[in-house]
Amino acid sequence: MSTTSAKPRGVHDAPRYGDRIFAGAATGAGVIILLVLAGVAGFLLWQALPALTASPEDVRGGKGLFEYIYPLAFGTILTSVIALVIATPLSVGIALFITHYAPRRIALALGYVVDLLAAVPSIIYGLWGVYVVAPASVPVATWLSNWLGFLPFFGPSPSASGRTTLVVGVVLAIMILPVMTAVNREVFLQTPRLHEEASLALGATRWEMIRQAVLPFGRSAVISGAMLGLGRALGETMAVAIILSTAVGVHWDIIGTANSSTIAADIALQFPESSGLDVNTLIAAGLVLFFITLLVNMAARWVVSRRSEFSGAN
Amino acid sequence: MAKRIDVKDLDMYYGDFLAVKGVTMTIEPRAVTALIGPSGCGKSTFLRSLNRMHEVIPGAYVKGEVLVDDQNLYAPGVDPVGVRRRVGMVFQRPNPFPTMSIYDNVVAGVKLNSKRMKKSDMDDLVEASLKGANLWSEVKDRLAKPGSGLSGGQQQRLCIARTIAVKPDVVLMDEPCSALDPISTLAIEDLINDLKSEYTIVIVTHNMQQAARVSDMTGFFNLEATGQPGRLVEYDDTQKIFSNPGQKATEDYISGRFG
Ligand SMILES: Nc1ncnc2c1ncn2[C@@H]1O[C@H](COP(=O)(O)OP(=O)(O)OP(=O)(O)O)[C@@H](O)[C@H]1O
Ligand SMILES: [Mg+2]
Repeated sequence: MSTTSAKPRGVHDAPRYGDRIFAGAATGAGVIILLVLAGVAGFLLWQALPALTASPEDVRGGKGLFEYIYPLAFGTILTSVIALVIATPLSVGIALFITHYAPRRIALALGYVVDLLAAVPSIIYGLWGVYVVAPASVPVATWLSNWLGFLPFFGPSPSASGRTTLVVGVVLAIMILPVMTAVNREVFLQTPRLHEEASLALGATRWEMIRQAVLPFGRSAVISGAMLGLGRALGETMAVAIILSTAVGVHWDIIGTANSSTIAADIALQFPESSGLDVNTLIAAGLVLFFITLLVNMAARWVVSRRSEFSGAN
Repeated sequence: MAKRIDVKDLDMYYGDFLAVKGVTMTIEPRAVTALIGPSGCGKSTFLRSLNRMHEVIPGAYVKGEVLVDDQNLYAPGVDPVGVRRRVGMVFQRPNPFPTMSIYDNVVAGVKLNSKRMKKSDMDDLVEASLKGANLWSEVKDRLAKPGSGLSGGQQQRLCIARTIAVKPDVVLMDEPCSALDPISTLAIEDLINDLKSEYTIVIVTHNMQQAARVSDMTGFFNLEATGQPGRLVEYDDTQKIFSNPGQKATEDYISGRFG
């Protein structure tokens, strides 16, 4: 029957296979992710190499690789920043409403609707952008041009079709809203009751309590959520490709007819008709996008860790 | 300014559940009133109804009156936010704001009142409040450090400093020492003694010796039976309660034959 030895209980002869297998699987998964990342970077670098070494005249546009890619990088960042500027306060507001203001039933329904937004394919957002947001944006753009025309973003002649950087930013904002709202909602719900009550007991109104206890507690998660959203906005292809009417070069005017394209959209639009060095050029652009995304993530991590002493984790 | 509190026939509910029934008592100013009783008899519930923190819990409400200097806290039109500024509260577990420095924790309540304050006045207030909470000498060199980096006892005194910084009329404490070691407990008991010259203090405690040491008046809460609402069984001078209680239940409880 059982062959219990004289050893004290708790001292194991047999290795714990479950633990070992799990540790192995976890390590393996971690290593695979690193390998995939390195593989992607390696592939991009290798494929981009011909474009990096080619003489400037041969690169598409005729002015060299840098001249070709940096307006695209500019467009990518500009549209994403607009999206983030719109989506961050909106997602924080919706999440606060769901967690701290709305009656339970409404909160549940609203949360469900926001989650549903995440399931809409991006091509649908693109079409919606072209047929709904773009026309609706024209009067707004005119107003911006008239009253805020002194800013470089709002040029004197707004686009009549509305297929502008601004509209792309708005559509991207809607696209990244669900993930950001979900992250914010989770963390706002986790605000310790203890700290909320501390604030209320000091005589805080609900909004003061939110500023004193909820927002500081959720700060780093809000940033992480924004970075998740930014990641998606930077890489978004179809919606941008459909909506934007582009022109070569850097354009600060976000309501005009000439808009800088984005890296992802440019690759999608040019790739089918490209061959030879043009393909290498596009891949070099992809490499730049890859690095922008990496940088954004590292910056976010840095911001989050900078004040970790005050994070409430201790 | 310490204020007298008159509680008149107060019932406390969580939704349909009547947790505490028919409390009537007068809490004296410039004195410490201790609330004792077995777990679940409604001490915290009653304490929280004195600064309208009870109703923060969804579905919770009270019936009856709580008069602070003849003004009913539950009269229609009374803003609970204003009530909580006058009746401060220290919780069972120390809860300084983890995202704030020690300095900012102390002035957290003051900043809510949103009157602009000169930096030098603010500094003075921080020093006075921390001295009032017997914490100044321990933290004066690290006011910019996070409050969560202090020991549990220091955090609790920081919470007391935060509460008295807004100069309330009444300070409520719900088992303020239950998470602390004996030395920090003594420090807080000394502090309570000092504070009673200026404030009306109500403290909930499970520690009989503590109630006997710090309080002038003691109220004993009890459940008649499980499922029944809690009641204030006896309320009298602390000395009387501990030497010669009027009720059998009180005597059983304080002599440890119960609960
Ligand atoms: N948030 C709540 N929702 C519903 N019922 C509650 C809630 N908090 C407390 N109660 C109930 O109210 C009654 C009184 O609880 P209370 O916390 O006031 O007791 P207490 O005397 O403070 O106990 P303890 O000494 O353990 O802290 C208990 O029956 C408890 O279950
Ligand atoms: Mg309690």
